[in-house]
Amino acid sequence: MTAWRRLACALLLLVVSVSLAASWLAPGGYARQYREAAGAPPSAAHWLGTDEIGRDRFARLLYGTRISLLLAPAAALLSTLMAALVGGLAGYMGGLWARLAMAATDLFLSLPWLFLLITVRAVMPLNVSPMASVLVTFSMLGLLGWTSAARVLCARTRSLRDADFVRQARASGIRGRRLFWIHVMPNLRPALYAQFWISIPVFILSEANLGILGLGVAEPMPSWGSLLKELEGLTSIGEEPWKFVPLILLVVVVTLFQFVLSKQEEVAA
Amino acid sequence: MLGWRIARHGLALVAIVLLGGLLSATLVRLAPGFDVDEEQLDPHLSTESVRALRETRREERNIFSFWLHSMQLAAKGDLGTSLSLGQPVTTLLRERAPLTLRLVSMGLLFSWAVAMAMALSAAWLRASAYDALTTLVSGTFLCIPAAVLALLSVLWNVPGSLAIGLIVFPRVYRYARNLLAKAYSLPHIVTARAKGIGELRILFWHVIPVTGAQLLAVAGVSVSMAVGAAIPVEALCGLPGVGQLAWQAALSRDLPLLMNITILVTLVTLLANSAADVFGHMLRGQEA
Repeated sequence: MTAWRRLACALLLLVVSVSLAASWLAPGGYARQYREAAGAPPSAAHWLGTDEIGRDRFARLLYGTRISLLLAPAAALLSTLMAALVGGLAGYMGGLWARLAMAATDLFLSLPWLFLLITVRAVMPLNVSPMASVLVTFSMLGLLGWTSAARVLCARTRSLRDADFVRQARASGIRGRRLFWIHVMPNLRPALYAQFWISIPVFILSEANLGILGLGVAEPMPSWGSLLKELEGLTSIGEEPWKFVPLILLVVVVTLFQFVLSKQEEVAA
Repeated sequence: MLGWRIARHGLALVAIVLLGGLLSATLVRLAPGFDVDEEQLDPHLSTESVRALRETRREERNIFSFWLHSMQLAAKGDLGTSLSLGQPVTTLLRERAPLTLRLVSMGLLFSWAVAMAMALSAAWLRASAYDALTTLVSGTFLCIPAAVLALLSVLWNVPGSLAIGLIVFPRVYRYARNLLAKAYSLPHIVTARAKGIGELRILFWHVIPVTGAQLLAVAGVSVSMAVGAAIPVEALCGLPGVGQLAWQAALSRDLPLLMNITILVTLVTLLANSAADVFGHMLRGQEA
């Protein structure tokens, strides 16, 4: 690993650690309202000022970062597992099953990602509790984000199916589920690992888009999307520049992910 | 061969529209609150009246009959009525589609112009500093959510088509840069350069024939990206297009409207990808 990549990893770990320490750094919580200081600019008491109902922006940024950075990997894990199941089984079984699975994948891939997200989100009730909205948002990302990875894994599995070690295992009498789980799946691990890591920044950006459109995590729970929604009320960049801190943090984190994961993209391709 | 390819794409389009319609009908039918009408909550109505109201929607409870009925109406050009806006879906789409088409077309033109200019200049100059700069610029735009770019375009007083262009160009640039870099490293291109053949001649006679089919495939995919980018741009810039309509339908859970828009968008992206595939095949056939 190069020195730059190590530095990027260290910075990412720093951001994650600070967000995990939100309860200590901002003991007041993300929903507490300082009504006497509503809409206040940054000060010693409120490092990023307060919003229009008096909630401390720095506290909301810490808790929002925690939610986005913990749940994007969870969604990525779910989508990777689904891609492994669908793509891996399709590639292993081949024939009609592979064609059906890839046709279903093509159906999902033919829809622009954001259209698919808002359509599925609209099917579920919008006025749910904040915790439910968090689970719905990230589960939806995980359940819908497997399609492009499934194609890659299907192709990989097909090539593994005809590999010498698999043929030898088959000749030794190993068949079916044992052959798939013991011999084929472990060899998909590098591709699965790569898909997991490159999905994380995609899901972070998708959640941010949903949040700004009002279809993400429900108030008062913060996330990067709901924090960025505050940019809607601005009339110029110079007006209240502290509102851009969540955007700067998001761009830095996603850039760090892209930098660290550039090698993973080559493995996944 | 070409005819069979076109026919295959046509069949795939029809199959996906029918499947998409079935999936949409299933989602609408199974969504919470499907069977409930505001009228049924009227306390003045008797139990028999409420039962009679429920009976009028009895045939919609079966997913397949609901789907068949929707497909039959759609074939006649009737896409139903929007629950939130109270207008026929066909009328709404007819009013808003031209604006979205204009935004997406201009956005795609801008994104391809910028992406190809950057990718070609990087391939020609072969300077690592310039390559790093273009990668940094495109990488930065890739890391900004599409909705934030839409908000920034409002702050900067920039047209919506430019915002769509800024969302799409880094993705197009990545693919184009890799394709052109591979093409320019091919032995016959290196030989052409060594013999002193001009860059424009090399580009049009040697590079585009090699990369043309793949660039067309990227063009097909970029249409899908641009159409997806239309939602945040129209919603946040206040542009009354199909993207804004889809967003409003999602917020008000107007599922029939949203499903019809989704199927329409699927058709457009499938047509774009199919056209890219057919033209790519023709290009490959000419090379052979």
